[in-house]
Amino acid sequence: MTQFAETTEDFAEATESDSFLRDTVRVFCRNRMAVIGLVLVGVLVFVAIFIPLLSPHDPYRVAMDEQFLPPSTSYWLGTDNFGRDLLTRMLYGARISLIVGIVPSFISLIIGAVMGIVSGYFGGRIEFIIMRLADTMLAFPSLLLAMVVMYTLGANLFNIFIALSLVGWAGVALVVRSQTLVVKEKEFIEAARANGTSKATIMIRHIFPNVIPTLIVLFSLSIPEAIMWESSLSFLGVGVQPPEASWGLLVAKGKEYLFSAPLVAILPGVAILITVLAFNFVGDGLRDALDPYMKD
Amino acid sequence: MLLSVRNLRTQFQTHNGPVKVVDDVSFDVGRGKIVGLVGESGSGKSMTALSLMGLVPSPPGKVSADSVVLDGTDLTRLSSNEMRLRRGREISMVFQEPMTSLNPVKTMAQQVGEPLAIHTDLGRRAIREKVLRMFETVGIPEPAARLDVYPHQLSGGLRQRAMIAMALICEPKLLIADEPTTALDVTTQAQILRLMIALRDRVGTAIVMITHDLGIIAEMCDEVNVMYAGQIVEQADVFDLFDRPSHPYTRGLLASIPKATEKRTAERLNSIPGVVPNLAKLPAGCRFNPRCKDAMPICRAQEPKLTDLGNGHKVRCWLHDKQGGKL
Amino acid sequence: MSEVLISADGLSKHYPVGTGFFGSQDRVIRAVDGVSLDIYERETFALVGESGCGKTTLGRVMLRLIDRTAGTVRYRGQDLHALNEGAMRAMRKKLQIVFQDPFASLNPRMRVKDILSEPLRTHGFGTAAQIEERCGELLDMVGLRRHLLRRYPHQFSGGQRQRIGIARALANSPEFVVCDEAVSALDVSIQAQVLNLLQDLQEQLKLTYLFITHDLSVVRQFADRVGVMFLGRMVEVGTTEEIFSSPRHPYTMFLISAVPRADPHQRNRERPLLVGDIPSPMNLPHGCRFQTRCPYAQAICRTQEPLLSDRGGRAVACHFPLET
Repeated sequence: MTQFAETTEDFAEATESDSFLRDTVRVFCRNRMAVIGLVLVGVLVFVAIFIPLLSPHDPYRVAMDEQFLPPSTSYWLGTDNFGRDLLTRMLYGARISLIVGIVPSFISLIIGAVMGIVSGYFGGRIEFIIMRLADTMLAFPSLLLAMVVMYTLGANLFNIFIALSLVGWAGVALVVRSQTLVVKEKEFIEAARANGTSKATIMIRHIFPNVIPTLIVLFSLSIPEAIMWESSLSFLGVGVQPPEASWGLLVAKGKEYLFSAPLVAILPGVAILITVLAFNFVGDGLRDALDPYMKD
Repeated sequence: MLLSVRNLRTQFQTHNGPVKVVDDVSFDVGRGKIVGLVGESGSGKSMTALSLMGLVPSPPGKVSADSVVLDGTDLTRLSSNEMRLRRGREISMVFQEPMTSLNPVKTMAQQVGEPLAIHTDLGRRAIREKVLRMFETVGIPEPAARLDVYPHQLSGGLRQRAMIAMALICEPKLLIADEPTTALDVTTQAQILRLMIALRDRVGTAIVMITHDLGIIAEMCDEVNVMYAGQIVEQADVFDLFDRPSHPYTRGLLASIPKATEKRTAERLNSIPGVVPNLAKLPAGCRFNPRCKDAMPICRAQEPKLTDLGNGHKVRCWLHDKQGGKL
Repeated sequence: MSEVLISADGLSKHYPVGTGFFGSQDRVIRAVDGVSLDIYERETFALVGESGCGKTTLGRVMLRLIDRTAGTVRYRGQDLHALNEGAMRAMRKKLQIVFQDPFASLNPRMRVKDILSEPLRTHGFGTAAQIEERCGELLDMVGLRRHLLRRYPHQFSGGQRQRIGIARALANSPEFVVCDEAVSALDVSIQAQVLNLLQDLQEQLKLTYLFITHDLSVVRQFADRVGVMFLGRMVEVGTTEEIFSSPRHPYTMFLISAVPRADPHQRNRERPLLVGDIPSPMNLPHGCRFQTRCPYAQAICRTQEPLLSDRGGRAVACHFPLET
């Protein structure tokens, strides 16, 4: 036995890679666009949390005598049709966009992950039912579905969460299921069964941790999607309601004044564009950085 | 001499710095000879093959050599296009995994005929004829019926024969076979190896046989190069190698393989302690020294060079180098 | 004379293939077809054969990792496939398996200590402290340092991972361990290390091995008795020496002669080699399954399938077994 003890010293230190986290961070940082995206996202988060407390202007105070003012020192981006500071309203809108981006994505991630793992692991009738359900959700025109939900439940922020989660879980479930199918065939799952480990424990302690890299990527890519959804819904009038200031709503209201006061519609639109791009870059960067862990 | 490799060097850029996976490898292949490259994982034998073929991806890899002369032409002086013209025609390769090396959406005739389509002006019918004859040569039963099938419709053994057919169809002077039978059953392996020898006898193709299996080396090769951690540590005629193994690694390998042909004498196998070193963190001195029971102080300090023991038998070991002290 | 620890009786595993439009299946793959064998306590029984012979499936069915189609598996007299879930789970402490692939057999997201403690926790080994101590013991047994408990699988070499897999199998002190090509994916010099380890463990812990492999050289070194399988059937059984020095089934003889010898002086020896291809497992010929490749096949071989002449001891399934 001592023969082996001495040999372990030689290769105990010969690690292939340092750690999951360090590797991922390193590859991510090499991707310039991803880093830029991350910085922008960081700025957005900072703004969403802090600035509304610091902005001198009230986003809701109406001042009809100050309509459509051009950018000036007191109103950096000018004012909108109700004389409200556009910048302040956009900053508040940032907060809404972030919340609406993150919360429903997270919810649909959880629902999708559970559905995906359960259907992938059990197969048979359970898989059939869940997958047909997911297929149905995906076949539905999502915008229509979201609109119907909003009409039925009433248009407010909370219901947007419900609508977007409903729309989003099916895609996640599909991807997670196929990952589960791959992981399920690995021998360490068989080893767990050979040890008498219960099915639930296998799904939670073995399958789920191996699906996490995929979930991370899905999460970062569904955030911009959710932001787009919210903008569309608010634009169509079934999302956030005035006087709240979501970017989609700002664009909607601003479009009526597109030629007289173009900034009011264009700037929030540009904000949507940049935010969505930033999250997409981050998501792509994460996917590349996590690639070996997803292929495993 | 058909192939003369002098100081082949291949290195890869990793985030830990450059790693030399092939370190000053030199060997010769005579016309019609079968030369073996034997080693375990990390020895650099497959990388050597890919480097000779020019198939190492150029970043992050970098291949260089003093010279690699194939039938009078130095391959290192060729442009990538000129090298491409020779691949498949003068020098070709058979890989380990016949399933992933074959295109699943092309028929066997299309794939096996592809080198002809690229390197010759033969028309489609002529190519098909040649493929059929090649199938017969490599012993594919019912060859005409196998022309238009897809890879997944054939067994592993047949696919590997098809790969050999594809590699030989332009009658190259040199065939590099990288673990061609590792993925096959032992009975199929025996057939394929016998086929390769027969082809060598008939057509005169020289073969570089890359494997980790010393049994295959003993059955097939004329000369052998033993590789460890990117270097050749012993080079000899095959009988010499097995009768008088000189490098401790070679001796350790030979002692550690279980023999199907001998009754169990010892209760335990002799094993070589330790593992192959990480190429990015090589030990000082001889790369094998941490695992060598005969290691001397000089082994830990200085890397040995190849010493000639006469009769073409070379060893990279201080035990055999006069400079290192006693023989 | 030792007792029979585990035995299979007419064990079969069939897989339906290609369901018809309404679910009718007329084609079946007989992965394991009516196999009977006895494995005695503390012996190493090697199961050899080439791809598609069913040895891997047989090993899995014997551990009830796959359900049987027919036949029984008895462990100390108990029919494993008839046990209820709870009883089977308890039985899993005694029946273990070491897998082939050192990379896929360990969960890459779990530390070694979690990998080793899982079977202990599943079976209520004891307190957290006792579990931790046992994990350390297990690593000692396979020759790894205890501080490596904190590491992840990707930080180990193939041979070390295989040792961790062995340690995991030993967690609850099993009696019967299936080694499914346990050393096939390792380098030759590491193979020797791990085989020695398996041998030492067998002596110290009084284990019984079912050693599944395609590598005949390893078998000769390591096994007490050998069973040769071909297309789902057991075609020959005997002690290692009997099988290697005087094989009786033609297939066994061809298998042995096909193994390359590490001695160039023997390269021109007379070697009968197999010709032809294996028949499709879905389309088995009538009579002996080996007839398409057998140079000695005669009329009866094409009509009547030969049966294994005996279960224990020396047995061969051939109408014209080779004379010795």
